[in-house]
Amino acid sequence: MLPLEEPLAEIACMVNGRPISGRVVLRQSLVEWLRAELGLTGSHVGCAHGVCGACHLRLDGVVVRGCLVLAVQADGADVETIEAASGPEVTALREAFVEHGALQCGFCTPGMILQAAELLLGGGPLSREAIREQLSGNYCRCTGYQPIIDAVQAAGAALQAQAGGAGGE
Amino acid sequence: MTPARFAYLRPDTLGEALAVLAREGEGATPLAGGQSLMPMMAMRMARPALLLDLNRVAGLDGIAVVEGALHIGAMARHATVLAHPLVAAHAPLLPLALREVAHPAIRNRGTLGGSLCLADPAAELPACMLALDATLVLANRAGERGVAAVDFFQGLYATARRADELLVRVEIPLSPGWSPWFAETARRHGDYALAGLAMMCRREAGRITALRIAFLGVEAAPRRLPEVEAAILDSADAAALLPRLLSPLHAEEAPAAWRLHLAQVLLRRAMIGEGRHAAA
Amino acid sequence: MPAIGQSMPRAASRRMVAGGGRYLDDHAARGEWHVAFLRSPFPHARFTLDTAPARALPGVEAVLLAADLAAVCRPWQTTSASFPGLVSPAQTPLADGRATWQGEPVAMILAASRAIAEDAAEAIAADWTELPAITSPEAALAPGAPLVHPGLADNRAWGQEWRRGEPEAAFAEAALVVEERLVFTRHTGVALEPRGAVAEWDGGTLMLRLSHQMPHQMRLHLAEQLDLAVNRVRVICGDVGGGFGLKMHVYQDEMAVAAACRLLSRPLRWVADRMESLMADIHAREHVVQARMAVDAQGMITAMEIDDLQGLGAVSIYPRSSTVEAMSLLRVVGAPYRFAHALGRTTCVLQNKVPTGQYRGVGAPIGCAVTERLVEKAARARGEDSWQFRTRNLLRADEMPRISAFGAALHGLHHHTAMDQAAALIDLPALRAEIAAGRAAGRVLGLGVAVTVEFTASGPAIYGPAGVGVAATDTVVVTLEPTGELSAQASISEIGQGITQGLAQVLADAVGVPASAVQVGAGDTASSPHGGGAWASRGAAIGGEAAWGAGRLLRTQLLEGAAALLQAAPDSLDIRDGAITDAAGVPRMTLAALARTMLFRGHEMPQGVTPGLSATYQYRREADPTLANNGVHAALVEIDPLTGLVRVLRYWMVGDCGRVLNPLLVDGQYRGGVATGIGEALLEACRYDQETGQFMSGTLADYLLPMAPDIPDITLGHVETPYPGSVLGAKGAGESGTCGAPAAVLNAVNDALAAASGGAVTEMPIHPMAVLRALGAMA
Repeated sequence: MLPLEEPLAEIACMVNGRPISGRVVLRQSLVEWLRAELGLTGSHVGCAHGVCGACHLRLDGVVVRGCLVLAVQADGADVETIEAASGPEVTALREAFVEHGALQCGFCTPGMILQAAELLLGGGPLSREAIREQLSGNYCRCTGYQPIIDAVQAAGAALQAQAGGAGGE
Repeated sequence: MTPARFAYLRPDTLGEALAVLAREGEGATPLAGGQSLMPMMAMRMARPALLLDLNRVAGLDGIAVVEGALHIGAMARHATVLAHPLVAAHAPLLPLALREVAHPAIRNRGTLGGSLCLADPAAELPACMLALDATLVLANRAGERGVAAVDFFQGLYATARRADELLVRVEIPLSPGWSPWFAETARRHGDYALAGLAMMCRREAGRITALRIAFLGVEAAPRRLPEVEAAILDSADAAALLPRLLSPLHAEEAPAAWRLHLAQVLLRRAMIGEGRHAAA
Repeated sequence: MPAIGQSMPRAASRRMVAGGGRYLDDHAARGEWHVAFLRSPFPHARFTLDTAPARALPGVEAVLLAADLAAVCRPWQTTSASFPGLVSPAQTPLADGRATWQGEPVAMILAASRAIAEDAAEAIAADWTELPAITSPEAALAPGAPLVHPGLADNRAWGQEWRRGEPEAAFAEAALVVEERLVFTRHTGVALEPRGAVAEWDGGTLMLRLSHQMPHQMRLHLAEQLDLAVNRVRVICGDVGGGFGLKMHVYQDEMAVAAACRLLSRPLRWVADRMESLMADIHAREHVVQARMAVDAQGMITAMEIDDLQGLGAVSIYPRSSTVEAMSLLRVVGAPYRFAHALGRTTCVLQNKVPTGQYRGVGAPIGCAVTERLVEKAARARGEDSWQFRTRNLLRADEMPRISAFGAALHGLHHHTAMDQAAALIDLPALRAEIAAGRAAGRVLGLGVAVTVEFTASGPAIYGPAGVGVAATDTVVVTLEPTGELSAQASISEIGQGITQGLAQVLADAVGVPASAVQVGAGDTASSPHGGGAWASRGAAIGGEAAWGAGRLLRTQLLEGAAALLQAAPDSLDIRDGAITDAAGVPRMTLAALARTMLFRGHEMPQGVTPGLSATYQYRREADPTLANNGVHAALVEIDPLTGLVRVLRYWMVGDCGRVLNPLLVDGQYRGGVATGIGEALLEACRYDQETGQFMSGTLADYLLPMAPDIPDITLGHVETPYPGSVLGAKGAGESGTCGAPAAVLNAVNDALAAASGGAVTEMPIHPMAVLRALGAMA
């Protein structure tokens, strides 16, 4: 139990599509709050100083470092984590990550997928250089990155094939 | 790595925010994108007594052309500025530089004003403001004042912003006929620059006829170097002046001699207008 | 189709891409207190602590010092018969009055939240008296150097000399002698999931969740240090977010959490933050090497000599000893090549730095870099293509088995096959033409090659005679479920490398079920059998054999049961795709039906027939202390001559890890290992201030890891020479990439420099300033 001296704040926000309200520790980061209080442990804390990208989540629709946003700042916001992330981009990425061996220990994977999804959503060309640049803020210590690049390209191609197929009908 | 305790206020209007600053002065620390402040708090190198969260303040993130100048609100996120058509049209130096700023998720949250007011010596945007001859507009309860970029950056993490002021926007004069050049050298993509150079210039018949340059990552704060600019206009070897003029920072992985060397390399590249270098 | 040899993603990856990974910090114990440590801010200091201000903070439950934990935890000390005379003082969970490295824990705070515990750590009134600190290994040996620990004669921890043949005479008679001094800066592992411990004591059993590579080893050490019966200690390692060797040691902080939990009977949680990880995880590979190579007039290597100075840190890590790295280094010196005379000197010194320990590749990346640098130098001095020089000097397959001049057991290595395959993959003539054209156009390009020999899958002969309690035998227990699926438990650990998937495939083939029907668990000492865990790239070579043995035993048992039920001879039946079939493959009954009969309708079983539904197999390799593997690496680099920055443009690796159980997993290990080695060659360094000894690489903004743009695509080739002494024939694959990549990159950079300026770099990681100096572009 926290002592009375610990400053708290009331917040209300959307988390993974559901309205949530509660008290947060003022000095707690958003990712810590999601993990500790809501049990959403899919976003990981790899460095807590904004370098590794393991804590990535979506805040009002854009990918941010969950360790560099305070929980109290999520008040009124729409938060989405890997557990609920959906849409064709994320679905295609999940499939491609598994198939291409784009994860080993899996610790970086949720952040990596959310960051890659933003690239796919942008609809730009998916050169290997562009993917590498997009993912340059997400560390992976296991794979050497190549299978991740492969997976993102494959997911992009799968989405294009789907879009092409739909267009042809 | 958890912050020390702080008090927290999140005003909705600029007036409320300025009232807090008028009351608290140095005791209040404005929180913009937080992409530098939050890590410093996690390491307890920054220990704000009161965090003044600007993320709800309305009207601080606009981008518009007003009376011959491009205005960019201090709370405009890097990603927004990077992709904005008005910025591409009127301050194309900024997208060149912003591509080198950290990584996508950081750019989604980090702000122009936050970067300028932190005044990290290795940051890209302060040097750009000098090259763009921008005016930084500060507000307090009494009103606004404009500070030229050359006067705003005053040293290592030091600016002309007073404790009761907030940076509200930058004003970049439109400069048709000028072209941008930006390059930096970092060990890895997105790292803080070991050395970088922001330049705006006018070229006529292959000669530079007017220019403004500022280095980043080299000295404690970006500044204009009139002797260097004059030498360039005279087609002299401006890079040769740098050892005498620059006082480079020193760090274990990035010693002063290397920064100086890189500054010379960048300046020579800029002179021949060589584009963003693959390794840079 | 057999499952062995198929690319199949690790089963857990489906859960992980959905955010379902369950790592240490994802588990909570009800009522837990949060732990933070006060760590020494100085590399060497005496201290006194007044904890009253910390204890007075609301939310602080306890502040513990060395004496508090001494009541429940015995000190431990590294000793090994492999390192006679090793000097390494005893360790306790918290330093007592004197800290000998920056980051050493000195006090432990238990509080309502981690943030409050950190507030309390700041509030402790600490009186530090700085003592002279030794950080550089060379300074440690200087006459009159300050001592890392009081009472020592000097800072030497251990040393040895190795001699074979007549090295002095060989050097005296050599037509050519090349030599080099190479300096290797410390690295650290940076598993993305930090270490930590969640401890619970229920009055009878200590349950400790760790992010660790060897749960059984830790269970034993915990029992020994805390004076508990070993069956009253349970260690659970769930999903582990990367190990790389840094999670195989006994750490003061983890032991402190267990001891405090035992002392106070409260659930405790500690997860290292990244700054703690960088300063208090083991570091590795700090060496200063002077080496030379003798070559005769025909261009044959005749002798090698190496003098290796290793910085260990403040103690030699428990239980394996940091000196293993120097031994491993010496063992790979010259290992791919044919020569008879060897002289080696190893000196390991104590320093006021965090202890070093076994890290991916251990000493092999350094031994390989030293050897391959000298090979390049010798070829260049002879005016000869180094590919040709290597081909001539590499041991032919028919020259093995043999013991190398530095004492390593070599068997089944096919260097020339690997070289040929590498040459084809690279398209060597085309690449050379491309490099020449690029150089003509002013680009600074270089190609570097390295040949590796690596000693994997250590058997009992390594740590057994050393008297160190490290298990080299491993066990798999497999059970047929009433649904026809197989559940297995392995003593091998899953740390992300995917070994549980490989074992599932082995079990599938051994029994005769689809791999998707096999679930392999590991990491919980309450359910998995005792064994070694994850180290020395042993999962496939040792765990695979255990899985095969267990699967075959179970198969025999099931066929006996089925034969009795079907009134057939066991050898007239088969198990295919989850069903008992006749010899022609016609299904007779499903395994589910067999299991249900045996479990639920035992009365239908013929009298006297009770075939077990579980089988256990323990595998111990009796021959060959290690399984040598080999590989060829090549890197194409480009230097920016103006900035000194190096980019690896392309990379090739051909590896021979014996039988490949799962190509997707092996390729993943190779590529990941190469990335580790590229980081090691170009970026990663633990820096210390030369005057104060302060650690300067304390954040991930300072300790540079390779990111996606820093690692090129890596083209892989495989030579598959099964190890003949086992059923499956697998050898290790997990560290091969790391063993060769630093050497290949070093050689590539020096190839580029030689062409551009004739200069060279000799310090790793290769700093751009050193490149500029070698180019003559900077003073």
